[in-house]
Amino acid sequence: MLVYILKRLAWMVFVLFGVMTIVFFISHVIPADPVAAILGGQAPPELIEKVRAKWNLDKPLYDQYIIYLWRLLHGDLGISISTGRPVSKDLIQFFPATLELATVATLLSVIFGVITGILSAVKSGRSADHLSRIFALSGISMPVFWLGLLMLLLFYYLLGWLPGPGQLPYYMPRPPRVTGMITIDSLIAGRFDAFISALRHLVMPSLVLSFFGIAAISRITRSSMLDVLREEYINTARAKGLREMIVVLKHALKNAMLPVSTIIGITYGRLLEGSVITETIFAWPGLGRYATNAFLAIDFPAVIGSTILIALLYALTNLVVDISYAYLNPKIRYG
Amino acid sequence: MKRTPFLEIWRALRKNPLSLTGLVIILGLVITAILAPYVAPYDPLRTKPLERLEPPSKLHLLGTDQLGRDILSRLLYGARISLRIAIIVAALAGSVGTLIGILCGYFGGRVDNLLMRVTDIFMAFPQLILAMAISSALGPSLENVIIAISMTEWTFFARLARSRAIAVREEDYVEAARAMGAGRWRILFRHVLPMSLSPVIVQATLEMGGIIRTAASLGFLGLGAQPPTPEWGVMVTAGRNYLPGQWWVSTFPGLAIFITVLGFNLLGDGIRDILDPRLRGVKG
Repeated sequence: MLVYILKRLAWMVFVLFGVMTIVFFISHVIPADPVAAILGGQAPPELIEKVRAKWNLDKPLYDQYIIYLWRLLHGDLGISISTGRPVSKDLIQFFPATLELATVATLLSVIFGVITGILSAVKSGRSADHLSRIFALSGISMPVFWLGLLMLLLFYYLLGWLPGPGQLPYYMPRPPRVTGMITIDSLIAGRFDAFISALRHLVMPSLVLSFFGIAAISRITRSSMLDVLREEYINTARAKGLREMIVVLKHALKNAMLPVSTIIGITYGRLLEGSVITETIFAWPGLGRYATNAFLAIDFPAVIGSTILIALLYALTNLVVDISYAYLNPKIRYG
Repeated sequence: MKRTPFLEIWRALRKNPLSLTGLVIILGLVITAILAPYVAPYDPLRTKPLERLEPPSKLHLLGTDQLGRDILSRLLYGARISLRIAIIVAALAGSVGTLIGILCGYFGGRVDNLLMRVTDIFMAFPQLILAMAISSALGPSLENVIIAISMTEWTFFARLARSRAIAVREEDYVEAARAMGAGRWRILFRHVLPMSLSPVIVQATLEMGGIIRTAASLGFLGLGAQPPTPEWGVMVTAGRNYLPGQWWVSTFPGLAIFITVLGFNLLGDGIRDILDPRLRGVKG
């Protein structure tokens, strides 16, 4: 097992290196000129030269790559062109908000996805099943940005049940930054008003973000549950006279969860994609919005930095999923 | 994936009302795209400042946008754009991916190893993020959206075609052809390629919904098609500033994206059911 994990970690480093290389060359072999984008078209040539030199853009591509790689090995992701701050500092600042949002969304996906999946399997072929299938297919077809706008329209503008975009109302002072996650920070500061408000602000973006996850997890839970319910030992349990609820929840669910664990990896990837859009709609100061702004401004140090971080998160989740799969399923032994 | 003749898929689909609904939606999209210039009541690009932000009415069935353009007409033309993106990306990524896949699968060895590691790297991060990076680097436009999404899609086809080619390579009739002295290229293009095609075509259909959604997401973020193109994602963004008062500006284009993607997913769900019931509804 240890060897397997080490192998996977080494492989992950290689993949991240590849990701970095691809994004580096994509963002440097480009027709678009970031310097012109910052300075505007009318800048004097000397100034343009100076700015180009500052970001090493005057050197050959190969040299730029080596310089970038060398700095990366020292944990230096370069200076963002648009914010003027070290990219690593920016990422540390923006990441917690995304982590907070993604954690809540993942929890919602797993809870609702598993419940609807079980219901759908137990009621297989009946109207509850059809309903959940339609819901699941809608979930994976729904454009995240449209769902976000519809929810804002309904729950914020029309009904006024939930607060609008942002993490806290503008008049409420933010709790001092400890973890960067507002709910936790406000608890640490003992500010319950801020905590409640932060939770209310989290409801819509996390629901929007979890929609795909709920759908995907629900489908896979259903089919895996159906497989398990056909097994002999389930019949045995029923024959023993156990209540159906106990058979389903205690005997079947445990084995049915195995395939579900792998789907969480896919869901997480979609969550990262979704956060890019959700954060744009809900003015959420997270990694996704930072990345989008970097892409729009052709701010390549920030582009490469945020893609590496996203790829790293994605790879780590998949690693954890694979390891837990091996752990849950004794039939699989990795060499 | 087992080889399943298209006729068999059709037979099974006919019994599945949800998949048939999907098929009808897609046919509707295709017909809309073809007939757009004939049925659209207005020019999708013509602005009328005096008629801006009008609510749905008899004159403008779905209302007008911030520049007074008729939203229905823009939606109808938008169908052409979405369908064009989906078809070109599927064809481009499908053919390049298939070619790379069968070459890798058939010849194996170092090149195979190297290319499969490359697909690993491409699959190591979320598709939309990669498409955003490529699109921003190339400069956002409709053509570059097609290139960007194709660059993220080819890996799926390469993997699929490779696994088919490996299976076909070992079949008896390929062995027979080899024994009769057929050259490797002849075997590759006369035997391996045709046998790998049907799963690739099925896969291309399954991917189209996702392609359309990714393209619309890029448009929404400002990294895809640019205004005044009547692309659905771009239209949703434009309407954001007019919520909640002028809700129709972004609601209808969003609905169009949703229904279209749903159509592809309904059909895909049915096809996937036939091919492998376990995968049902996982990948959207």
